[in-house]
Amino acid sequence: MFELLKKVLSPVGPSGLEAPVAEVIREEIAAYVDTIEVDAMGNLIATKLGKAENPRKVMLSAHMDHIGYIVTGFEKEGFLRVTNVGGIGLVNSYNRHVVFPNGVHGVVVAQPVQGQPALKDLFVDIGAQDKDDAKKMVQLGDVCVYANDCFRLGENRVSAPAMDDRCACTLLVKLLQTVGETQDTIIAVFSVQEEVGCRGAKVASFAKAPVVGIALDVTAWGDTPGTTQPEIKLGEGIAVKVMDRASISNPALREELLACGEKAGVKTQREVLPFGGTDAGAMQTSRGGIPVCTISIPCRYVHSACEVIDMRDMDAGLKLLQTYFN
Amino acid sequence: MDLKTLTEINAPAGHEQPIRRVLIEELRAKGFNPYIDRMGNVIVVKEGTGVAPRKRVMVSAHMDEVGLIVTGHAEGGFLKVTQAGGIDPRVLISKRVKVGDDNIPGVIGAVAIHLQSAADRARVMGYRDITVDIGANDKGEAERKAPIGTYISFDTPYVEYGDGYACGKAFDDRVGCWTILRLLEEELPCDLIAAFVSEEEVGCRGASGAAFSQEPDIGIVLEGTTCNDLGDIPEVAQVCKAGEGVAVSFMDGSSIANRDLFKKALEVGEKEGIAHQVKASVSGGNDGGVIQRAREGVPVVVLSVPCRYIHSPSTVVKLSDVEAQFELCRALLKTF
Repeated sequence: MFELLKKVLSPVGPSGLEAPVAEVIREEIAAYVDTIEVDAMGNLIATKLGKAENPRKVMLSAHMDHIGYIVTGFEKEGFLRVTNVGGIGLVNSYNRHVVFPNGVHGVVVAQPVQGQPALKDLFVDIGAQDKDDAKKMVQLGDVCVYANDCFRLGENRVSAPAMDDRCACTLLVKLLQTVGETQDTIIAVFSVQEEVGCRGAKVASFAKAPVVGIALDVTAWGDTPGTTQPEIKLGEGIAVKVMDRASISNPALREELLACGEKAGVKTQREVLPFGGTDAGAMQTSRGGIPVCTISIPCRYVHSACEVIDMRDMDAGLKLLQTYFN
Repeated sequence: MDLKTLTEINAPAGHEQPIRRVLIEELRAKGFNPYIDRMGNVIVVKEGTGVAPRKRVMVSAHMDEVGLIVTGHAEGGFLKVTQAGGIDPRVLISKRVKVGDDNIPGVIGAVAIHLQSAADRARVMGYRDITVDIGANDKGEAERKAPIGTYISFDTPYVEYGDGYACGKAFDDRVGCWTILRLLEEELPCDLIAAFVSEEEVGCRGASGAAFSQEPDIGIVLEGTTCNDLGDIPEVAQVCKAGEGVAVSFMDGSSIANRDLFKKALEVGEKEGIAHQVKASVSGGNDGGVIQRAREGVPVVVLSVPCRYIHSPSTVVKLSDVEAQFELCRALLKTF
């Protein structure tokens, strides 16, 4: 799965500009699904028809978008002023290598200020001579993301900037490739604009009207010095969400998924996240409402340029989902 | 119909009836048959001249403006109020207002400078400190004249001044309403869903229903937006500039513009020589968010007139920007 993960991590795809990611995913899944479509917001929606007489429609959603910095102004010396697209932390921004979809590279820098710095004190150095030069390289509203830097960390772990949520996209691609015939119809949504408020999943779930929704996303960690919450450990199994700020998982669905993990012989963890949300929140309140849950891949340093996951948790997630559909 | 008439009508969020009545009359006079939905949105669909199947393009502007609402009465006959839509209480002190449908004159009171302590002067007064004086003799009279729930609007006449500027209230978003009225006089290839929507200022509540019921293929939101082009503000923080044309948004607090539409708007502006600028700030929110996420999703773009001192009794626009909003929207509509 590592090779596939590397491929899915590589395209530049900030929130609102996910098409390059969709292109890579489309190629990987085309042979395994019945239909593929792209909707008005850019969601890539793949349908794999179930074999049951009246198959249930189960929507799985993994988001393609990546947090980034959007250009809001130019300084006369050629530096860019930016603001956040999605949850960008100031500390994670200092002196990071970023890249625009058109290939322009930059370094995010915080200017010295009195008191507490803010996002408005950041600038991006793209090597421009002056304002006019900078405007030839990028335009107002262009978005850059942490430049891809994917590497193995020890035997089982991998670090990369866009792990949130390309590792879950990878998991969903792998599921489609390996699950074989299913009773249920799987509606695999590679969604857009999750990082700015689960906007893509909202319209996709309206369009597809599933009866069950499962979001695939990363979750935070509690196993590094000074960090104990949430009680999630890397390598200790795939997490099944009980609650976050956007949704409370349907208890029956949650227990069913945990049971699938047990049946598959993989480790699972119960997840209670006191912050954040996933596409499950948007799916749950679509139309008349549906049961939802989130399958979470534990991920250290979420929303930084070094998001670390454990491939054993990915394998556990894949087996759990295969079991759910078989 | 003109911009002066539209801005001088008092219709804060949730109390759009006065503007709705005027718009319906105007639309009927133009030969349209407006549809009024249960959120109070006024909708007209004008068929395009193109060959079917035509694109259905919803162009929306909100009818409501920011204002105040009566929450209680104080001994002595003063009205306690809070905001209907976001208003900085600092802009309220000592302003004249019109209270209720009878347009009772009122004034927002303030403690005289003589009576303020040093601490008072350093403090920003909030809604708890403010009352509206309508010249009532006692609490009972105030309750009769302006019961709880009565709406209050700024009493600001529309004035044109300087080199093509206008000062008034409610430019946000009567400029958009005005532009839509003018667009309805144009021959366009696409079907134009003209939507005058309610309750934008309290959370884009009207547009949500209108986009759901109309199922547009494309959404264009016409707005008034912040502009901070005030002398000593660094250029990177000016958002957009009055007089430099209609502002096209790449992203705000409620939506990321559809990239193709965003680019197309800029290209059309360039090609037709229509003054336009890119709104250089990610701030605020508007009907674009709810229209984009209605049903199965709709590509949207927001075209705004820069408004200095927005959400205040004295907002300033440059009339050439209002014209540019109309021209750019018309040119964009002709491409569908």
